[in-house]
Amino acid sequence: MDLSSLRYSQTHEWVHWDGNVATIGITDFAVSQLTDLVYVDLPKVGSEIKAGETCGEIESVKAVGELNSPLDGTVAEVNESLENELEKLSDSPFEAGWIFRLTPSDPSQIDALLDRAAYEKLCDEEGH
Amino acid sequence: MSYLFATPEEQQQMLAAIGVENLDDLFEQLPEDVRLNRELDLPPALSEIELDRMLRKISSDFATHGDRVCFQGGGAYDHFIPATVDEICSRGEFYTAYTPYQPEASQGTLQAFFEFQSLITALTGMDVANASLYEGASALAEAIIMAIRSTNRGSRVVISGTVHPEYIETVRTYLMRNECEIVIADAVDGVTDWQQAGSLINDQTAAVVVQHPNFFGCFEDVQSVVDQAHAAGALAIEVFDPVSLGVMKRPGDYGIDIAVAEGQSLGIPLQFGGPYLGIMACREKFVRKMPGRLIGQTVDRDGRRAFVLNFQTREQHIRRDKATSNICTNQGLMALRASVYISQLGPKGFVELGDQCHQKAAALADRLTEAGVGQLAYAQPFFKEFVFQFNRPVDEVIAAAQNAGFNLGPVLDRFEFPNGVPENSLLIAVTEKRTFDEIDRLVAALSR
Repeated sequence: MDLSSLRYSQTHEWVHWDGNVATIGITDFAVSQLTDLVYVDLPKVGSEIKAGETCGEIESVKAVGELNSPLDGTVAEVNESLENELEKLSDSPFEAGWIFRLTPSDPSQIDALLDRAAYEKLCDEEGH
Repeated sequence: MSYLFATPEEQQQMLAAIGVENLDDLFEQLPEDVRLNRELDLPPALSEIELDRMLRKISSDFATHGDRVCFQGGGAYDHFIPATVDEICSRGEFYTAYTPYQPEASQGTLQAFFEFQSLITALTGMDVANASLYEGASALAEAIIMAIRSTNRGSRVVISGTVHPEYIETVRTYLMRNECEIVIADAVDGVTDWQQAGSLINDQTAAVVVQHPNFFGCFEDVQSVVDQAHAAGALAIEVFDPVSLGVMKRPGDYGIDIAVAEGQSLGIPLQFGGPYLGIMACREKFVRKMPGRLIGQTVDRDGRRAFVLNFQTREQHIRRDKATSNICTNQGLMALRASVYISQLGPKGFVELGDQCHQKAAALADRLTEAGVGQLAYAQPFFKEFVFQFNRPVDEVIAAAQNAGFNLGPVLDRFEFPNGVPENSLLIAVTEKRTFDEIDRLVAALSR
Protein backbone atom coordinates (compact mmCIF):
# COMPACT_ATOMS: atom_id res chain seq x y z
CA MET A 1 0.00 0.00 0.00
CA ASP A 2 1.33 3.40 -0.96
CA LEU A 3 0.91 5.26 2.31
CA SER A 4 1.03 8.62 0.57
CA SER A 5 -2.16 7.70 -1.31
CA LEU A 6 -4.09 7.38 1.97
CA ARG A 7 -5.83 10.03 4.04
CA TYR A 8 -5.68 10.12 7.82
CA SER A 9 -7.79 11.29 10.75
CA GLN A 10 -6.59 13.08 13.85
CA THR A 11 -7.54 9.93 15.78
CA HIS A 12 -5.20 7.69 13.73
CA GLU A 13 -7.57 6.03 11.30
CA TRP A 14 -6.50 5.75 7.68
CA VAL A 15 -8.84 5.94 4.70
CA HIS A 16 -8.35 4.46 1.26
CA TRP A 17 -10.79 5.87 -1.27
CA ASP A 18 -11.33 4.08 -4.59
CA GLY A 19 -14.02 6.43 -5.83
CA ASN A 20 -16.90 4.27 -4.53
CA VAL A 21 -15.96 2.75 -1.24
CA ALA A 22 -13.75 4.00 1.58
CA THR A 23 -11.66 1.33 3.30
CA ILE A 24 -10.74 2.24 6.85
CA GLY A 25 -8.22 0.93 9.34
CA ILE A 26 -5.94 2.17 12.08
CA THR A 27 -2.33 3.16 11.46
CA ASP A 28 0.84 1.37 12.55
CA PHE A 29 1.42 4.31 14.91
CA ALA A 30 -1.94 3.71 16.63
CA VAL A 31 -1.22 -0.01 16.92
CA SER A 32 2.18 0.66 18.47
CA GLN A 33 0.65 3.11 20.95
CA LEU A 34 -1.97 0.60 22.06
CA THR A 35 0.65 -2.18 22.50
CA ASP A 36 -0.61 -5.75 23.02
CA LEU A 37 -3.98 -5.95 21.29
CA VAL A 38 -6.50 -8.45 22.63
CA TYR A 39 -9.84 -7.68 21.04
CA VAL A 40 -11.58 -5.70 18.37
CA ASP A 41 -15.23 -4.73 18.41
CA LEU A 42 -16.24 -4.18 14.79
CA PRO A 43 -18.91 -1.77 13.54
CA LYS A 44 -22.27 -3.27 12.48
CA VAL A 45 -22.78 -3.74 8.75
CA GLY A 46 -25.58 -1.49 7.53
CA SER A 47 -25.28 0.95 10.41
CA GLU A 48 -25.11 4.62 9.62
CA ILE A 49 -22.30 6.51 11.23
CA LYS A 50 -21.08 10.04 11.37
CA ALA A 51 -17.58 11.43 11.08
CA GLY A 52 -15.87 11.62 14.43
CA GLU A 53 -18.29 9.21 16.10
CA THR A 54 -17.17 6.06 17.79
CA CYS A 55 -18.17 2.97 15.82
CA GLY A 56 -16.02 0.29 17.41
CA GLU A 57 -13.35 -0.49 19.94
CA ILE A 58 -9.84 -1.81 19.93
CA GLU A 59 -8.79 -3.27 23.22
CA SER A 60 -5.27 -3.83 24.39
CA VAL A 61 -4.03 -5.41 27.59
CA LYS A 62 -4.19 -2.12 29.44
CA ALA A 63 -6.64 0.13 27.65
CA VAL A 64 -9.52 0.42 25.24
CA GLY A 65 -9.00 2.54 22.17
CA GLU A 66 -11.92 3.87 20.21
CA LEU A 67 -12.43 3.32 16.56
CA ASN A 68 -13.82 6.52 15.09
CA SER A 69 -15.29 6.94 11.69
CA PRO A 70 -13.40 9.53 9.65
CA LEU A 71 -16.44 10.04 7.38
CA ASP A 72 -20.24 10.07 7.36
CA GLY A 73 -21.71 7.03 5.69
CA THR A 74 -23.06 3.50 5.84
CA VAL A 75 -20.96 0.53 6.90
CA ALA A 76 -20.76 -1.73 3.83
CA GLU A 77 -18.46 -4.49 5.04
CA VAL A 78 -16.36 -5.39 8.06
CA ASN A 79 -13.19 -7.46 8.25
CA GLU A 80 -14.59 -10.37 10.24
CA SER A 81 -11.31 -12.29 9.99
CA LEU A 82 -9.87 -9.90 12.59
CA GLU A 83 -11.96 -11.51 15.30
CA ASN A 84 -9.79 -14.62 15.12
CA GLU A 85 -6.62 -13.17 13.60
CA LEU A 86 -6.05 -10.03 15.55
CA GLU A 87 -2.35 -10.13 14.68
CA LYS A 88 -3.27 -8.81 11.23
CA LEU A 89 -3.75 -5.42 12.89
CA SER A 90 -0.14 -5.31 14.04
CA ASP A 91 1.45 -7.29 11.17
CA SER A 92 -0.31 -5.56 8.33
CA PRO A 93 -2.23 -2.52 9.55
CA PHE A 94 -2.63 -0.97 6.08
CA GLU A 95 -3.64 -4.11 4.14
CA ALA A 96 -4.76 -7.36 5.74
CA GLY A 97 -5.63 -5.40 8.89
CA TRP A 98 -8.27 -3.16 7.29
CA ILE A 99 -11.23 -2.85 9.65
CA PHE A 100 -14.32 -1.75 7.74
CA ARG A 101 -15.57 -0.43 4.43
CA LEU A 102 -17.90 2.52 4.25
CA THR A 103 -20.11 3.99 1.57
CA PRO A 104 -19.59 7.69 2.29
CA SER A 105 -22.63 9.93 2.14
CA ASP A 106 -20.43 12.95 1.47
CA PRO A 107 -17.19 11.95 -0.30
CA SER A 108 -16.00 15.56 -0.21
CA GLN A 109 -15.28 15.04 3.52
CA ILE A 110 -12.26 13.04 2.41
CA ASP A 111 -10.52 16.21 1.31
CA ALA A 112 -10.68 17.56 4.84
CA LEU A 113 -8.64 14.63 6.19
CA LEU A 114 -4.87 14.80 6.71
CA ASP A 115 -2.45 13.86 3.96
CA ARG A 116 0.61 11.73 4.70
CA ALA A 117 2.93 14.66 5.46
CA ALA A 118 0.47 16.25 7.88
CA TYR A 119 -0.19 12.91 9.52
CA GLU A 120 3.53 12.21 10.01
CA LYS A 121 3.85 15.61 11.65
CA LEU A 122 0.96 14.72 13.99
CA CYS A 123 2.64 11.44 14.95
CA ASP A 124 5.92 13.23 15.61
CA GLU A 125 4.14 15.63 17.96
CA GLU A 126 2.24 12.87 19.76
CA GLY A 127 5.25 10.59 19.92
CA HIS A 128 7.12 13.05 22.10
CA MET B 1 -3.14 15.34 56.64
CA SER B 2 -5.98 13.83 58.61
CA TYR B 3 -8.59 12.05 56.53
CA LEU B 4 -11.37 12.91 58.94
CA PHE B 5 -11.47 16.67 58.85
CA ALA B 6 -11.62 19.34 56.26
CA THR B 7 -11.44 22.56 58.18
CA PRO B 8 -12.25 25.79 56.31
CA GLU B 9 -8.49 26.52 56.26
CA GLU B 10 -7.72 23.11 54.79
CA GLN B 11 -10.47 23.57 52.23
CA GLN B 12 -8.96 26.90 51.23
CA GLN B 13 -5.52 25.33 50.91
CA MET B 14 -6.85 22.58 48.69
CA LEU B 15 -8.84 25.00 46.54
CA ALA B 16 -5.80 27.26 46.19
CA ALA B 17 -3.65 24.30 45.18
CA ILE B 18 -5.94 23.47 42.26
CA GLY B 19 -6.45 27.12 41.42
CA VAL B 20 -10.11 27.85 42.20
CA GLU B 21 -11.43 30.40 44.63
CA ASN B 22 -14.30 28.63 46.31
CA LEU B 23 -16.27 25.40 46.33
CA ASP B 24 -18.94 26.72 43.99
CA ASP B 25 -16.29 27.32 41.33
CA LEU B 26 -15.15 23.76 41.78
CA PHE B 27 -18.63 22.42 41.04
CA GLU B 28 -19.36 24.90 38.27
CA GLN B 29 -19.43 22.20 35.59
CA LEU B 30 -22.36 20.48 37.30
CA PRO B 31 -25.72 21.76 36.04
CA GLU B 32 -27.46 24.08 38.52
CA ASP B 33 -30.55 21.87 38.83
CA VAL B 34 -28.66 18.80 40.00
CA ARG B 35 -26.80 20.61 42.77
CA LEU B 36 -28.14 20.39 46.31
CA ASN B 37 -27.76 24.11 47.09
CA ARG B 38 -28.41 23.63 50.78
CA GLU B 39 -26.74 22.09 53.77
CA LEU B 40 -27.12 18.36 54.29
CA ASP B 41 -30.05 17.56 56.54
CA LEU B 42 -28.06 16.15 59.45
CA PRO B 43 -28.72 16.34 63.17
CA PRO B 44 -26.24 18.37 65.25
CA ALA B 45 -22.94 16.72 66.09
CA LEU B 46 -22.92 14.48 69.17
CA SER B 47 -20.22 13.78 71.69
CA GLU B 48 -18.83 10.26 71.70
CA ILE B 49 -20.78 9.27 74.81
CA GLU B 50 -24.04 10.64 73.35
CA LEU B 51 -23.42 8.87 70.08
CA ASP B 52 -22.75 5.62 71.91
CA ARG B 53 -26.00 5.99 73.85
CA MET B 54 -27.98 6.74 70.69
CA LEU B 55 -26.58 3.77 68.77
CA ARG B 56 -27.32 1.42 71.67
CA LYS B 57 -30.88 2.70 71.75
CA ILE B 58 -31.31 2.12 68.01
CA SER B 59 -29.90 -1.40 68.23
CA SER B 60 -32.10 -2.29 71.19
CA ASP B 61 -35.13 -1.25 69.13
CA PHE B 62 -34.29 -4.02 66.71
CA ALA B 63 -34.49 -7.42 68.29
CA THR B 64 -31.66 -9.21 66.57
CA HIS B 65 -32.53 -12.38 64.73
CA GLY B 66 -30.54 -14.23 67.39
CA ASP B 67 -33.09 -13.22 70.03
CA ARG B 68 -36.02 -14.68 68.18
CA VAL B 69 -36.19 -17.67 65.91
CA CYS B 70 -36.19 -16.36 62.35
CA PHE B 71 -38.79 -17.48 59.83
CA GLN B 72 -38.26 -14.37 57.74
CA GLY B 73 -37.27 -14.24 54.11
CA GLY B 74 -37.96 -12.04 51.12
CA GLY B 75 -34.35 -11.76 49.96
CA ALA B 76 -32.28 -12.20 53.14
CA TYR B 77 -32.16 -15.46 55.07
CA ASP B 78 -31.00 -16.93 58.35
CA HIS B 79 -28.85 -19.78 57.13
CA PHE B 80 -26.31 -21.63 59.23
CA ILE B 81 -22.73 -20.38 58.93
CA PRO B 82 -19.97 -22.88 59.74
CA ALA B 83 -17.46 -21.52 62.27
CA THR B 84 -14.66 -22.01 59.74
CA VAL B 85 -16.05 -19.13 57.66
CA ASP B 86 -15.38 -16.57 60.41
CA GLU B 87 -12.13 -18.20 61.37
CA ILE B 88 -10.62 -18.16 57.87
CA CYS B 89 -12.03 -14.81 56.79
CA SER B 90 -10.90 -12.97 59.92
CA ARG B 91 -7.25 -13.62 59.10
CA GLY B 92 -5.43 -10.30 58.90
CA GLU B 93 -4.39 -10.85 55.29
CA PHE B 94 -8.03 -10.99 54.24
CA TYR B 95 -9.82 -8.81 56.74
CA THR B 96 -10.03 -5.48 55.04
CA ALA B 97 -12.86 -3.44 53.62
CA TYR B 98 -10.48 -2.29 50.93
CA THR B 99 -10.04 -4.57 47.95
CA PRO B 100 -6.28 -4.86 47.44
CA TYR B 101 -5.99 -5.33 43.69
CA GLN B 102 -2.43 -4.44 42.88
CA PRO B 103 -1.33 -7.81 41.51
CA GLU B 104 2.22 -7.55 42.82
CA ALA B 105 0.93 -7.04 46.35
CA SER B 106 -2.03 -9.30 46.50
CA GLN B 107 -1.70 -12.65 44.80
CA GLY B 108 -3.62 -14.20 47.70
CA THR B 109 -6.57 -11.85 47.23
CA LEU B 110 -6.58 -12.38 43.50
CA GLN B 111 -6.52 -16.14 44.02
CA ALA B 112 -9.43 -15.88 46.46
CA PHE B 113 -11.48 -14.04 43.81
CA PHE B 114 -10.42 -16.55 41.17
CA GLU B 115 -11.67 -19.36 43.40
CA PHE B 116 -14.90 -17.44 43.99
CA GLN B 117 -15.48 -17.08 40.25
CA SER B 118 -14.71 -20.76 39.69
CA LEU B 119 -17.10 -21.85 42.46
CA ILE B 120 -19.89 -19.63 41.13
CA THR B 121 -19.53 -20.97 37.59
CA ALA B 122 -19.63 -24.53 38.94
CA LEU B 123 -22.67 -23.73 41.05
CA THR B 124 -24.60 -21.96 38.29
CA GLY B 125 -23.47 -23.96 35.27
CA MET B 126 -22.57 -20.68 33.56
CA ASP B 127 -19.32 -19.99 31.65
CA VAL B 128 -17.99 -16.94 33.47
CA ALA B 129 -18.57 -15.18 36.78
CA ASN B 130 -17.14 -11.84 37.81
CA ALA B 131 -15.48 -11.14 41.14
CA SER B 132 -18.76 -9.91 42.68
CA LEU B 133 -20.88 -6.75 42.77
CA TYR B 134 -22.65 -4.79 45.53
CA GLU B 135 -25.69 -6.97 46.10
CA GLY B 136 -28.48 -8.77 44.29
CA ALA B 137 -30.68 -5.85 43.27
CA SER B 138 -27.93 -3.77 41.68
CA ALA B 139 -26.52 -6.94 40.08
CA LEU B 140 -29.87 -7.30 38.30
CA ALA B 141 -29.77 -3.66 37.20
CA GLU B 142 -26.22 -4.16 35.88
CA ALA B 143 -27.33 -7.32 34.07
CA ILE B 144 -30.11 -5.42 32.32
CA ILE B 145 -27.73 -2.65 31.27
CA MET B 146 -25.37 -5.37 30.03
CA ALA B 147 -28.19 -6.90 27.98
CA ILE B 148 -29.07 -3.52 26.46
CA ARG B 149 -25.42 -3.09 25.48
CA SER B 150 -25.07 -6.63 24.13
CA THR B 151 -28.21 -6.61 22.01
CA ASN B 152 -27.99 -2.96 20.92
CA ARG B 153 -31.65 -2.72 21.86
CA GLY B 154 -32.48 0.00 24.25
CA SER B 155 -36.20 0.35 24.12
CA ARG B 156 -37.72 -2.43 26.21
CA VAL B 157 -37.06 -4.80 29.06
CA VAL B 158 -39.69 -7.30 30.21
CA ILE B 159 -39.55 -8.18 33.89
CA SER B 160 -41.67 -10.81 35.54
CA GLY B 161 -44.06 -9.40 38.15
CA THR B 162 -42.81 -12.05 40.57
CA VAL B 163 -39.29 -10.62 40.71
CA HIS B 164 -38.46 -9.09 44.11
CA PRO B 165 -40.30 -5.73 44.08
CA GLU B 166 -37.29 -3.95 45.56
CA TYR B 167 -35.10 -5.33 42.78
CA ILE B 168 -37.53 -3.89 40.24
CA GLU B 169 -37.37 -0.58 42.08
CA THR B 170 -33.58 -0.66 41.91
CA VAL B 171 -33.73 -1.37 38.17
CA ARG B 172 -36.07 1.61 37.73
CA THR B 173 -33.61 3.80 39.60
CA TYR B 174 -30.67 2.66 37.50
CA LEU B 175 -32.59 3.17 34.27
CA MET B 176 -34.24 6.44 35.33
CA ARG B 177 -32.32 8.48 32.75
CA ASN B 178 -32.52 5.76 30.15
CA GLU B 179 -35.21 5.65 27.49
CA CYS B 180 -35.73 1.96 28.06
CA GLU B 181 -39.32 1.01 28.83
CA ILE B 182 -39.65 -1.38 31.76
CA VAL B 183 -42.62 -3.66 31.20
CA ILE B 184 -43.84 -5.82 34.08
CA ALA B 185 -45.44 -9.15 33.18
CA ASP B 186 -48.53 -10.10 35.18
CA ALA B 187 -48.48 -12.76 37.84
CA VAL B 188 -51.39 -15.15 38.19
CA ASP B 189 -51.68 -17.33 41.28
CA GLY B 190 -48.11 -16.55 42.37
CA VAL B 191 -46.37 -17.25 39.07
CA THR B 192 -45.79 -15.27 35.90
CA ASP B 193 -48.30 -15.59 33.12
CA TRP B 194 -45.73 -16.35 30.44
CA GLN B 195 -48.37 -16.60 27.73
CA GLN B 196 -49.27 -12.99 28.37
CA ALA B 197 -45.60 -12.13 28.81
CA GLY B 198 -44.94 -13.54 25.34
CA SER B 199 -47.07 -10.80 23.83
CA LEU B 200 -44.97 -8.18 25.63
CA ILE B 201 -41.69 -9.42 24.16
CA ASN B 202 -41.01 -7.75 20.82
CA ASP B 203 -38.05 -7.42 18.48
CA GLN B 204 -36.86 -4.37 20.38
CA THR B 205 -36.68 -6.18 23.71
CA ALA B 206 -33.19 -6.36 25.20
CA ALA B 207 -33.93 -8.73 28.04
CA VAL B 208 -36.56 -10.85 29.72
CA VAL B 209 -36.10 -11.25 33.47
CA VAL B 210 -37.34 -14.11 35.61
CA GLN B 211 -36.74 -14.93 39.26
CA HIS B 212 -36.66 -18.63 40.13
CA PRO B 213 -37.78 -19.55 42.71
CA ASN B 214 -39.64 -16.28 42.52
CA PHE B 215 -40.26 -13.66 45.21
CA PHE B 216 -43.24 -15.68 46.49
CA GLY B 217 -41.07 -18.80 46.68
CA CYS B 218 -42.81 -20.46 43.70
CA PHE B 219 -41.17 -22.15 40.72
CA GLU B 220 -41.26 -20.35 37.39
CA ASP B 221 -41.26 -21.83 33.91
CA VAL B 222 -37.68 -20.76 33.21
CA GLN B 223 -37.34 -22.77 30.01
CA SER B 224 -40.26 -20.93 28.50
CA VAL B 225 -38.63 -17.59 29.40
CA VAL B 226 -35.38 -18.61 27.74
CA ASP B 227 -37.13 -19.91 24.61
CA GLN B 228 -39.34 -16.86 24.22
CA ALA B 229 -36.51 -14.41 24.87
CA HIS B 230 -34.20 -16.12 22.41
CA ALA B 231 -36.88 -16.39 19.74
CA ALA B 232 -37.21 -12.60 19.90
CA GLY B 233 -33.44 -12.03 19.93
CA ALA B 234 -33.51 -10.87 23.56
CA LEU B 235 -31.33 -12.12 26.39
CA ALA B 236 -32.77 -14.20 29.23
CA ILE B 237 -31.79 -13.07 32.71
CA GLU B 238 -32.45 -15.17 35.80
CA VAL B 239 -32.39 -14.05 39.40
CA PHE B 240 -31.56 -17.27 41.23
CA ASP B 241 -31.27 -18.44 44.81
CA PRO B 242 -27.77 -19.89 45.28
CA VAL B 243 -28.98 -22.15 48.08
CA SER B 244 -31.51 -23.81 45.76
CA LEU B 245 -28.90 -25.00 43.27
CA GLY B 246 -28.09 -28.24 45.05
CA VAL B 247 -31.59 -29.51 44.34
CA MET B 248 -32.82 -27.45 41.38
CA LYS B 249 -31.71 -26.98 37.78
CA ARG B 250 -28.98 -24.40 37.39
CA PRO B 251 -29.35 -21.22 35.27
CA GLY B 252 -26.79 -22.65 32.82
CA ASP B 253 -28.89 -25.80 32.39
CA TYR B 254 -31.75 -23.70 31.02
CA GLY B 255 -29.53 -21.73 28.64
CA ILE B 256 -29.83 -18.49 30.63
CA ASP B 257 -27.63 -15.69 29.27
CA ILE B 258 -26.98 -13.74 32.45
CA ALA B 259 -27.61 -15.07 35.96
CA VAL B 260 -27.59 -12.85 39.04
CA ALA B 261 -28.19 -13.43 42.72
CA GLU B 262 -27.94 -12.09 46.19
CA GLY B 263 -25.14 -14.06 47.82
CA GLN B 264 -26.04 -13.25 51.45
CA SER B 265 -27.20 -16.83 51.98
CA LEU B 266 -23.65 -18.04 51.38
CA GLY B 267 -22.01 -17.49 54.74
CA ILE B 268 -22.94 -13.86 55.33
CA PRO B 269 -24.92 -13.12 58.50
CA LEU B 270 -28.09 -11.02 58.65
CA GLN B 271 -26.91 -7.57 59.65
CA PHE B 272 -29.18 -4.55 59.14
CA GLY B 273 -29.35 -5.23 55.42
CA GLY B 274 -25.69 -5.23 54.49
CA PRO B 275 -22.96 -5.56 53.42
CA TYR B 276 -24.24 -8.13 50.98
CA LEU B 277 -22.84 -9.82 47.90
CA GLY B 278 -23.89 -9.41 44.28
CA ILE B 279 -23.32 -12.46 42.13
CA MET B 280 -23.21 -12.26 38.34
CA ALA B 281 -22.43 -14.98 35.84
CA CYS B 282 -22.90 -15.06 32.09
CA ARG B 283 -22.24 -16.97 28.91
CA GLU B 284 -18.76 -16.54 27.54
CA LYS B 285 -19.84 -14.56 24.48
CA PHE B 286 -20.95 -11.67 26.73
CA VAL B 287 -17.80 -11.50 28.82
CA ARG B 288 -16.62 -8.22 27.34
CA LYS B 289 -19.89 -6.53 28.12
CA MET B 290 -19.76 -7.64 31.74
CA PRO B 291 -19.19 -5.02 34.42
CA GLY B 292 -16.68 -5.42 37.20
CA ARG B 293 -13.53 -7.39 37.55
CA LEU B 294 -12.50 -10.77 36.30
CA ILE B 295 -9.49 -12.54 37.67
CA GLY B 296 -7.54 -14.88 35.39
CA GLN B 297 -5.01 -17.58 36.03
CA THR B 298 -1.68 -17.61 34.21
CA VAL B 299 1.99 -18.41 34.80
CA ASP B 300 4.74 -15.93 35.58
CA ARG B 301 8.04 -15.81 33.72
CA ASP B 302 9.40 -18.63 35.87
CA GLY B 303 6.45 -20.82 35.05
CA ARG B 304 4.80 -20.45 38.46
CA ARG B 305 1.01 -20.27 38.81
CA ALA B 306 -0.07 -16.65 39.07
CA PHE B 307 -3.28 -14.61 39.06
CA VAL B 308 -4.00 -11.44 37.16
CA LEU B 309 -6.70 -8.85 36.91
CA ASN B 310 -8.19 -9.55 33.50
CA PHE B 311 -10.72 -7.70 31.39
CA GLN B 312 -10.19 -4.63 33.49
CA THR B 313 -10.08 -2.35 30.47
CA ARG B 314 -13.73 -1.44 30.85
CA GLU B 315 -13.41 -0.45 34.47
CA GLN B 316 -14.00 3.10 35.54
CA HIS B 317 -10.35 3.77 36.37
CA ILE B 318 -9.44 3.24 32.72
CA ARG B 319 -12.62 3.96 30.79
CA ARG B 320 -14.11 6.65 33.01
CA ASP B 321 -17.39 7.80 31.44
CA LYS B 322 -17.30 4.92 28.96
CA ALA B 323 -16.79 2.22 31.58
CA THR B 324 -19.24 -0.69 31.47
CA SER B 325 -20.42 0.47 34.85
CA ASN B 326 -19.50 3.35 37.08
CA ILE B 327 -20.78 1.81 40.27
CA CYS B 328 -19.64 -1.75 40.35
CA THR B 329 -17.53 -2.36 43.35
CA ASN B 330 -16.27 -5.69 44.46
CA GLN B 331 -17.41 -7.12 47.77
CA GLY B 332 -14.03 -8.71 48.40
CA LEU B 333 -14.51 -9.88 51.94
CA MET B 334 -18.08 -11.06 51.29
CA ALA B 335 -16.96 -12.93 48.17
CA LEU B 336 -14.30 -14.60 50.28
CA ARG B 337 -16.89 -15.62 52.87
CA ALA B 338 -19.02 -17.11 50.10
CA SER B 339 -16.03 -19.02 48.71
CA VAL B 340 -15.16 -20.45 52.10
CA TYR B 341 -18.80 -21.31 52.76
CA ILE B 342 -19.30 -23.06 49.41
CA SER B 343 -16.07 -25.02 49.75
CA GLN B 344 -16.95 -26.05 53.30
CA LEU B 345 -20.27 -27.47 52.18
CA GLY B 346 -19.04 -29.14 49.02
CA PRO B 347 -21.38 -30.63 46.41
CA LYS B 348 -22.95 -33.11 48.84
CA GLY B 349 -23.46 -30.46 51.49
CA PHE B 350 -25.23 -28.29 48.95
CA VAL B 351 -27.68 -31.05 48.10
CA GLU B 352 -28.29 -31.63 51.81
CA LEU B 353 -28.76 -27.89 52.37
CA GLY B 354 -31.35 -27.54 49.61
CA ASP B 355 -33.10 -30.69 50.70
CA GLN B 356 -33.42 -29.60 54.31
CA CYS B 357 -34.67 -26.12 53.40
CA HIS B 358 -37.32 -27.60 51.17
CA GLN B 359 -38.42 -30.40 53.52
CA LYS B 360 -38.76 -28.08 56.48
CA ALA B 361 -40.57 -25.36 54.53
CA ALA B 362 -43.01 -27.95 53.19
CA ALA B 363 -43.50 -29.32 56.71
CA LEU B 364 -44.32 -25.88 58.10
CA ALA B 365 -46.81 -25.16 55.32
CA ASP B 366 -48.49 -28.53 55.86
CA ARG B 367 -48.68 -28.19 59.63
CA LEU B 368 -50.04 -24.65 59.47
CA THR B 369 -52.72 -25.84 57.06
CA GLU B 370 -53.55 -28.88 59.23
CA ALA B 371 -53.79 -26.61 62.27
CA GLY B 372 -56.55 -24.71 60.45
CA VAL B 373 -54.95 -21.24 60.73
CA GLY B 374 -55.11 -20.62 57.00
CA GLN B 375 -53.87 -22.02 53.70
CA LEU B 376 -51.19 -21.57 51.08
CA ALA B 377 -52.00 -18.42 49.15
CA TYR B 378 -50.75 -19.96 45.92
CA ALA B 379 -51.16 -23.62 45.06
CA GLN B 380 -47.72 -23.93 43.46
CA PRO B 381 -44.58 -25.93 44.13
CA PHE B 382 -42.16 -23.89 46.24
CA PHE B 383 -38.60 -24.20 47.54
CA LYS B 384 -37.89 -22.71 50.98
CA GLU B 385 -40.37 -19.89 51.07
CA PHE B 386 -44.12 -19.62 50.64
CA VAL B 387 -46.94 -17.12 50.93
CA PHE B 388 -49.42 -18.18 53.61
CA GLN B 389 -52.85 -16.69 53.88
CA PHE B 390 -54.06 -16.54 57.48
CA ASN B 391 -57.65 -16.54 58.71
CA ARG B 392 -56.98 -13.45 60.79
CA PRO B 393 -55.14 -10.14 60.28
CA VAL B 394 -51.37 -10.49 59.85
CA ASP B 395 -50.69 -7.99 62.64
CA GLU B 396 -52.25 -10.42 65.09
CA VAL B 397 -50.34 -13.34 63.58
CA ILE B 398 -47.02 -11.48 63.82
CA ALA B 399 -47.73 -10.37 67.41
CA ALA B 400 -48.61 -13.94 68.45
CA ALA B 401 -45.43 -15.23 66.82
CA GLN B 402 -43.28 -12.57 68.44
CA ASN B 403 -44.70 -13.26 71.89
CA ALA B 404 -43.74 -16.89 71.44
CA GLY B 405 -40.21 -15.91 70.30
CA PHE B 406 -40.54 -16.08 66.52
CA ASN B 407 -40.05 -13.54 63.75
CA LEU B 408 -42.27 -13.91 60.70
CA GLY B 409 -42.53 -11.94 57.51
CA PRO B 410 -42.18 -9.76 55.61
CA VAL B 411 -45.74 -8.50 55.42
CA LEU B 412 -46.54 -8.29 51.73
CA ASP B 413 -48.46 -5.01 52.07
CA ARG B 414 -45.19 -3.15 52.31
CA PHE B 415 -44.46 -3.91 48.65
CA GLU B 416 -46.31 -2.88 45.55
CA PHE B 417 -47.49 -5.68 43.28
CA PRO B 418 -49.26 -4.93 40.00
CA ASN B 419 -51.83 -7.67 40.66
CA GLY B 420 -51.93 -7.27 44.43
CA VAL B 421 -51.62 -10.12 46.92
CA PRO B 422 -54.20 -12.13 48.86
CA GLU B 423 -55.45 -10.48 52.03
CA ASN B 424 -53.85 -11.43 55.38
CA SER B 425 -50.90 -13.07 53.70
CA LEU B 426 -47.31 -13.31 54.87
CA LEU B 427 -44.15 -14.52 53.20
CA ILE B 428 -42.58 -17.21 55.38
CA ALA B 429 -39.11 -18.69 54.91
CA VAL B 430 -37.67 -21.82 56.45
CA THR B 431 -33.95 -22.56 56.31
CA GLU B 432 -31.97 -25.66 57.23
CA LYS B 433 -31.22 -23.93 60.55
CA ARG B 434 -34.81 -24.39 61.77
CA THR B 435 -35.63 -27.51 63.75
CA PHE B 436 -38.84 -29.51 63.59
CA ASP B 437 -39.30 -28.60 67.24
CA GLU B 438 -39.23 -24.90 66.36
CA ILE B 439 -41.67 -25.53 63.53
CA ASP B 440 -44.07 -27.29 65.92
CA ARG B 441 -43.77 -24.54 68.51
CA LEU B 442 -44.51 -21.88 65.88
CA VAL B 443 -47.58 -23.76 64.67
CA ALA B 444 -48.75 -24.15 68.28
CA ALA B 445 -48.26 -20.43 68.96
CA LEU B 446 -50.29 -19.47 65.89
CA SER B 447 -53.03 -21.99 66.64
CA ARG B 448 -53.94 -20.45 69.98
